[in-house]
Amino acid sequence: MSTSVPRLELLNITKRYPTIVANADVSLSVMPGEIHAILGENGAGKSTLMKIIYGAVKADAGTIRMNGEDIAITNPAQARRLGIGMVFQHFSLFETLTVAENIALVLDEPFDLAALSQRVKQISERYGLPLDPDRRVHSLSVGERQRVEIVRCLLQNPTLLILDEPTSVLTPQAVEKLFDTLRQLAAEGVSILYISHKLHEIQALCDRATILRNGRVTGTANPREESPASLARMMIGRELPVCEAPPYLGERRPMLTVQHLNLTSAGPFGTSLHEVSLTVHSGEILGIAGISGNGQSELMAALSGEHPVHKDAVRLDSKPIGHLNAGTRRAKGLVYVPEERLGRGTVPPLSLSRNALLTAHRHGMKHWGLVRYGKARDYAEECVARFDVRGGGAGTNARALSGGNLQKFIVGREIMLKPKVMIVAQPTWGVDVGAAAVLRQALLDLSRTGVAILVVSEELEELFEICDSIAVLAQGRLSPAQPKTSLNAESVGLQMAGLFPKTPLTVHAEFDHASA
Amino acid sequence: MHLLEPRPYPSRVMRWTAPLIAVAATLIVGSMLFLALGKDPLESFHVFFVQPLESSYGWSELLIKACPLILIAQGLALGFKARIYNIGAEGQLIVGALAGGGVAIAMEGSDASWIVPAMVVAGAIGGALWGAIPALLKTRFNAEETLTTLMLSYVANHLLSYMVNGPWRDPEGMNFPQSIMFSDSALFRILLEGSRVNTSVFITLFAIVAFWIFNARSFLHFQIEVGGHAPAASLYAGFSSKRAVWLTLVLSGMTAGIAGVGEIAGPVGQLNLNISPGYGFAAIIVAYLGRLHALGIVLAGFLMALIYLGGEAAQVALQLPAAITGIFQGMLLFFLLGSDVFIDNRLRRRLA
Amino acid sequence: MIEHLIPILAGTFGAAVPLIFAGLGELVTERTGVINLGVEGMMLIGAIAGFAAAAETGSGAAVGIPAGALAGAGIALVFGFFALSLAANQAACGLALTIFGIGLSAFIGQHYISYSLPGLKPIIIPLLSDIPVLGPIVFKQDAVVYLSLLAFAAIAWTLAKTRLGLLLKAIGESPEAAHAIGYPVISIRFGAVAFGGAMAGIAGAYLSTVYTPLWVQNMSAGRGWIAVALVVFASWKPARLMLGAYLFGAVTILQFHAQGLGIIVPVQFLASLPYVATIIVLVIISRDRRVLQNNLPASLGKPFLP
Repeated sequence: MSTSVPRLELLNITKRYPTIVANADVSLSVMPGEIHAILGENGAGKSTLMKIIYGAVKADAGTIRMNGEDIAITNPAQARRLGIGMVFQHFSLFETLTVAENIALVLDEPFDLAALSQRVKQISERYGLPLDPDRRVHSLSVGERQRVEIVRCLLQNPTLLILDEPTSVLTPQAVEKLFDTLRQLAAEGVSILYISHKLHEIQALCDRATILRNGRVTGTANPREESPASLARMMIGRELPVCEAPPYLGERRPMLTVQHLNLTSAGPFGTSLHEVSLTVHSGEILGIAGISGNGQSELMAALSGEHPVHKDAVRLDSKPIGHLNAGTRRAKGLVYVPEERLGRGTVPPLSLSRNALLTAHRHGMKHWGLVRYGKARDYAEECVARFDVRGGGAGTNARALSGGNLQKFIVGREIMLKPKVMIVAQPTWGVDVGAAAVLRQALLDLSRTGVAILVVSEELEELFEICDSIAVLAQGRLSPAQPKTSLNAESVGLQMAGLFPKTPLTVHAEFDHASA
Repeated sequence: MHLLEPRPYPSRVMRWTAPLIAVAATLIVGSMLFLALGKDPLESFHVFFVQPLESSYGWSELLIKACPLILIAQGLALGFKARIYNIGAEGQLIVGALAGGGVAIAMEGSDASWIVPAMVVAGAIGGALWGAIPALLKTRFNAEETLTTLMLSYVANHLLSYMVNGPWRDPEGMNFPQSIMFSDSALFRILLEGSRVNTSVFITLFAIVAFWIFNARSFLHFQIEVGGHAPAASLYAGFSSKRAVWLTLVLSGMTAGIAGVGEIAGPVGQLNLNISPGYGFAAIIVAYLGRLHALGIVLAGFLMALIYLGGEAAQVALQLPAAITGIFQGMLLFFLLGSDVFIDNRLRRRLA
Repeated sequence: MIEHLIPILAGTFGAAVPLIFAGLGELVTERTGVINLGVEGMMLIGAIAGFAAAAETGSGAAVGIPAGALAGAGIALVFGFFALSLAANQAACGLALTIFGIGLSAFIGQHYISYSLPGLKPIIIPLLSDIPVLGPIVFKQDAVVYLSLLAFAAIAWTLAKTRLGLLLKAIGESPEAAHAIGYPVISIRFGAVAFGGAMAGIAGAYLSTVYTPLWVQNMSAGRGWIAVALVVFASWKPARLMLGAYLFGAVTILQFHAQGLGIIVPVQFLASLPYVATIIVLVIISRDRRVLQNNLPASLGKPFLP
């Protein structure tokens, strides 16, 4: 194997979209057996760049070379023939098909599921990626789905493997296992492009890193020789912002109580909740860690009122509200910021005024069944000003705002309702670092006024930054909440895999194997 | 690569020019059709779209046809905003007509002044009931309203056929499937001498104003709109989706039922098998063409009425089957849906 | 009693043929995530095209049915242009297709109102047709009836056992994922829509060249819509669609034999039965949302632009 010719070279790649330039003059090279990181914030252009390499998007300008030869990649099937494999961030799997069927659909070979199942087993054993080829994908955990994607790539004997934010869905322990597999592949000569915004992972795994900001390369580095601060500067152009969490000195009483909540999932592939109990006190932020798909959306539906449950299962300030719908709960002081900002938290084609009306209509915006649109506009304008929503005013459509600004609007709108309890799902998912810091600080400030806040997040660092205590939701069961000071990433990670401690406060005691 | 790419912002201009583009495209393809049939396109267009409007009688007929279309489309548009697709307005029209006609037949011989208002109320209730069945089936059993409303319009048709062949058949009607001709006390009063324009236009006028205010200002309409754009946001806000189903189906049934009474107590003057030339279906196109807007629907209603008149004129002057109306209606809806795509999208600048 | 039942059961096969073809075609279309509500219109176009071809060539159904298939597929491509290439609202495009099809078929059909066609003679299968009761019911049917069984077998096998069947199902679940791994989603959906159109065209041509065999305006009389409902009833499974089609075939044929069976009900009520039955069947199948969702192609009716 020649070591002097790069496996992949990108020269001056440019891709423009109607509103943004996704990639401007991007160049990089990856050697055989190298694990190369593409580091950048959300929206820096990483995913577009990878889609260009995989032939799913066509670049406006620039050259791609593989093993020293100029190539034109016009579609994913051709990319696969050239030895490029891709593990997608949002998996490209079909839930109703089995593992083997999913894999068969990408292979250019005669259709023989039985023989394929055998090969899947072999490959998965060789790389420590256990899989049952006959299981349907909807019954797999998120981690197992990722294994399907990886095995699917490996069956095509790739020489270049692209992984797009592969660890956002994994527990810390599963991340370690994935890294072992990737190192084994690299040792066998496979080049790996590893896309992430997580600095410590890149430092642990990668040989080289290309850093992107606003679609441009802002640096190339050996991540092991850099500090997180220096990488962050290249990534966001300044120091990482930090939140302030002063102690809460006010009255402390239970504001949101959930007792023995059971809920059968409405969707065919959902997770049911079993005996979930929790309490959030005034002035407290309780974090719920766990990987999405473990009952998070069901819990949110039950707490917000989108799916009413038994009357006494949910109490607000000790009054039963489980049977009420979301509107009535909001009127009583429980507000909710959903994960889905467009289409749930806001109506995309409607203006911010009308999106203010959506949840704030009880605040003097109605008169004899008619809407007072002036009042709604005032409310939206105040929200835009107070929470620094950029990119539009009260007349702007919700879908025209960026993710971070829309989230500021939603959080602001709900805070202005003067709630007693706020429930927030994935507060900073897909939001740039600056807006994320503003949002976290807004939640901290709100809690210090005596509001009880429940935060559900996949990002452990975020929970450790803003929460007072943390519980873990795994397979529809909730672990007892523990003060953040008695926890670390590793102990939470074990719970995310479904291993709950028997007694709430001892972290490294025996583990109870919750039913799988 | 694909033809289209999303626009950064939806185009307001396209929203209102799309209907014009659709009309233009229909005319272009229509003239090719006339050519293919060996007719002079210009002359055909003159017959189809100009000749009907050359006399004041023509204008009065236009008004008579536009009124039921506008009335029904107002109700349907509300449902379409909520993504509740009532495509069985034809059946609701028929049942409304049956209910109103029942009153007229029962009161035969009386000249009480309340008969017409009673017919309107009965028609509204009849249409509303026929709309309430799919509402019940959707809210209670989750059954698709598209199919149930349509199936019910076939049932309504057979019901009408049974009534005018059986219990309500005119004994002196030479066995034709039709009821007695209604007496003057069961007919809307003629407004303009020498025309068929009658007092039922005030009902449509009232409906236009009422729907305009309701759509522009009411909180209920806002809730319906949210449910159509984003059902999850509706759930998130705590708006009732069942209420939207009931409201839109019952209300659109009601407007269709009243339109049915407008026909039998107006131009038709009895119950027979031809009380509606497909107004219930054409109103779907009117609603979309009018951008689901109370005033847009008025313009669209007149255009659709003109297509009906043109079809009749073409039958006489060009010896073309009246079915040409349906061809134009179908093309118009296709082209409208096609042009609507360009509100949110545009053609790709650089084709790969 | 049995002498009344034999013609009813035998007639059920013929009455079910349009529903089988139209239903199987729509089933394949919907498997890829596209809902085409224009079945009624495509059937009518197929009916008039088939009738015209049969009448003009004098060759009867042998030419009429292929012509119907061709016309159905052709008009389905118009739907495909709007609903797939432009990604316009599928339900509304289907409606436009139905309105257009009713108009166009009536327009062309004007010339053929007084024609009549010979129809198709039943193929009497030797020996088997001599079996008492079963023989005259099953083995004295016209060629298209046997063809409908063949079509069912071929479609059921393709959907369940082949890579193509898997791919159709995959696209119906997630066109985004299928696009991401490199499949030409729009082209494949075009193929499925054209197939659905051809099948609806055959259904219509069977009505006009074999079943009636006359041209009557609007002769499909809602069968296209019933076929759409049958696909829901069948939970997108071919075998259940066959069951539904025979059920509805029997309901349709019942009205012609009601008097013989001593049922004295106004004819309009009997004629309403298939529509009422459709509603009842929809209610039963939709009652439990989870049952329906288990097989529902997840992307059904949602516009997709790559």
